[in-house]
Amino acid sequence: MSIIKKTLATVAMSTVMLAQPALADDMRIALVVKALGIGFFEAAAKGAEEAAAELGGVEIIYTGPTSTTAEGQIEVINALIAQGVDAIAISANDPDAVAPALRRAMDRGITVISWDSGVAAEGRQMHLNPSSPELIGNTIIRLAADHLPDGGDVAILSATSTSTNQNIWIEEATKALPEYPGINLVATVYGDDLADKSYREAQGLMQTYPDLRAIIAPTTVGILAASQAVTDAGKIGEINVTGLGLPSEMAGAVESGATLSFAIWNPIDLGYAATMIAHGLASGNATAEPGASIPMGRIGDAVLDDNNEAAMSDPFTYDASNIDEFKSIF
Amino acid sequence: MTQQTHTARAIPDRLQSPAARALRSWESILVAVAIAIFVTNSFTSPYFLNAWNLSDATFNFTEKAMIALAMALLIISGEIDLSVASIIALASTAMGLAMQAGADVPILVLVGIGAGLLCGAFNGFLVAGLGLPSIVVTIGTMSLFRGIAYIVLGDRAFTGYPPGFAYFGQGYVWWVFSFELVLFTVLAVIYWALLHRSSFGRAVYAIGNNATAAQFSGIRVARVKFILFLLTGLMSGIAAVCLTSRLGSTRPSIATGFELEVVTMVVLGGVNILGGSGSIPGIVLAALIIGMVTFGFGLLNVPGIVMSIFLGALLISVIALPRLFGKR
Repeated sequence: MSIIKKTLATVAMSTVMLAQPALADDMRIALVVKALGIGFFEAAAKGAEEAAAELGGVEIIYTGPTSTTAEGQIEVINALIAQGVDAIAISANDPDAVAPALRRAMDRGITVISWDSGVAAEGRQMHLNPSSPELIGNTIIRLAADHLPDGGDVAILSATSTSTNQNIWIEEATKALPEYPGINLVATVYGDDLADKSYREAQGLMQTYPDLRAIIAPTTVGILAASQAVTDAGKIGEINVTGLGLPSEMAGAVESGATLSFAIWNPIDLGYAATMIAHGLASGNATAEPGASIPMGRIGDAVLDDNNEAAMSDPFTYDASNIDEFKSIF
Repeated sequence: MTQQTHTARAIPDRLQSPAARALRSWESILVAVAIAIFVTNSFTSPYFLNAWNLSDATFNFTEKAMIALAMALLIISGEIDLSVASIIALASTAMGLAMQAGADVPILVLVGIGAGLLCGAFNGFLVAGLGLPSIVVTIGTMSLFRGIAYIVLGDRAFTGYPPGFAYFGQGYVWWVFSFELVLFTVLAVIYWALLHRSSFGRAVYAIGNNATAAQFSGIRVARVKFILFLLTGLMSGIAAVCLTSRLGSTRPSIATGFELEVVTMVVLGGVNILGGSGSIPGIVLAALIIGMVTFGFGLLNVPGIVMSIFLGALLISVIALPRLFGKR
């Protein structure tokens, strides 16, 4: 019993000692990710640190659960609320399940934004999309046009004919087409996001259209399979494969020249922009409301739509000059 | 001829005094660990000693601890149920379907608990009725129950539960005492009475120590086991109501990995994984310890994997120390 009494006394003493907790002057911004140990998010954290260094007086808390569960993220959010951080910028594992916890954070005066993977509207002040359908559609055509100064035939290799994302991007790409004179879209085929089917569809395109100069694949599976098909057909230098891909998967194709350039969001920029926005909102320099324009440092301004969502930028272009830097990241 | 040798064995005049026995018990080790963690947390983070923060921290373990109460009885009896997290997923999905059909709050709760009971009855029938080994059965139903949830929902989610439903997972009974915490406390008292103060509890211990002997002494072993599976199903159903209410939505991945955390809690609480011994106060203490460790580390923004390593080390050391010092 005496041990317990002693311990209780110690606890009581520590309570008194900690009655005035040390308050850090720095603004603390928590970057909550889907799970720790994922290259994409480690890169985003790097961007957040870059923003913090630029802003000054900002401490980044990079955190997340061990596995990609909503329950794990809620435990993390509870701990952040308890610490009274100034802002939470989250890439959510579940748009709905984390919303009640985040709403509580907002009730206690914490700025909450989501980035990359969004949260239901009631659980955040704004959401930062890495890009927008218009920007993606325009980018994939531009990537092909960049290497075709005299124009030429291009074809699109998509995922499935019912893929919502790809269909919107292709629609936007078609709209952007008139801005690139000489670029002639001859066909759109579907590889169903299966490596072997995409490979066969790419082969089919090369046989059907002998003048084909570029294959545009707005899917990570398609672009990889198409670059392989072009390589196997010995048409490197003749046909350029481009679209949306992952640097780690595309490094080989860029090295061999089958792919001159491709695009995908840059996680470093995303972490940087999310931190800039969180800082702007938490410091009161910006407000999250439809139509508002929130500065994102070197990236520009984020303009909010009616759902308080914003698109960061064009997808980031990867080519021989930067692929080595990014291939180890994601 | 084998020669039998007799070695002198001291027979004590009297058993250890109750006080000494209590001091050397598993529960007192857990109390010591809990106090150590509480004090450490208080010193390492200025945010730990705050009524609201501590209240928030209880949400990290209450749902799992409710299931751990029933799981403790099941493991003491020599069985195990690894499907509890999947029961939560299925019960939550059932509640989502009921919500879409326009059910109000009381019906939703009944559907959740009812679905849990049905799942428990199914496990109980396979184990107690057909005599199949529980670890195999519940590994199977673990995939089965969650599989059904995935078939119903796919990559969709049920959202839009009625506002009154939020009370079970987000409401407070009085001041900082959440509904979940109060419910867990009440359930812990009920389970304490059931295990330590009723003939049913004696039967559970008897079955865990020797099921055959228990059978011959007139205990209806199969029926007791069936009831125990029903209880884990019931508690999983109650946990499903709380968790669904706390998340405000249902997704088939809900409560992923809970089963191992529940079993960890039970083993840390001093229940012999082979059956036969354990106590409810031990479970409550283990729940508090796990809750405080995860929250304390969370306050320091320690990466989750370090937390898992610490809990693993804690589990092994709490189990190994008494053996090393010959207390058990």
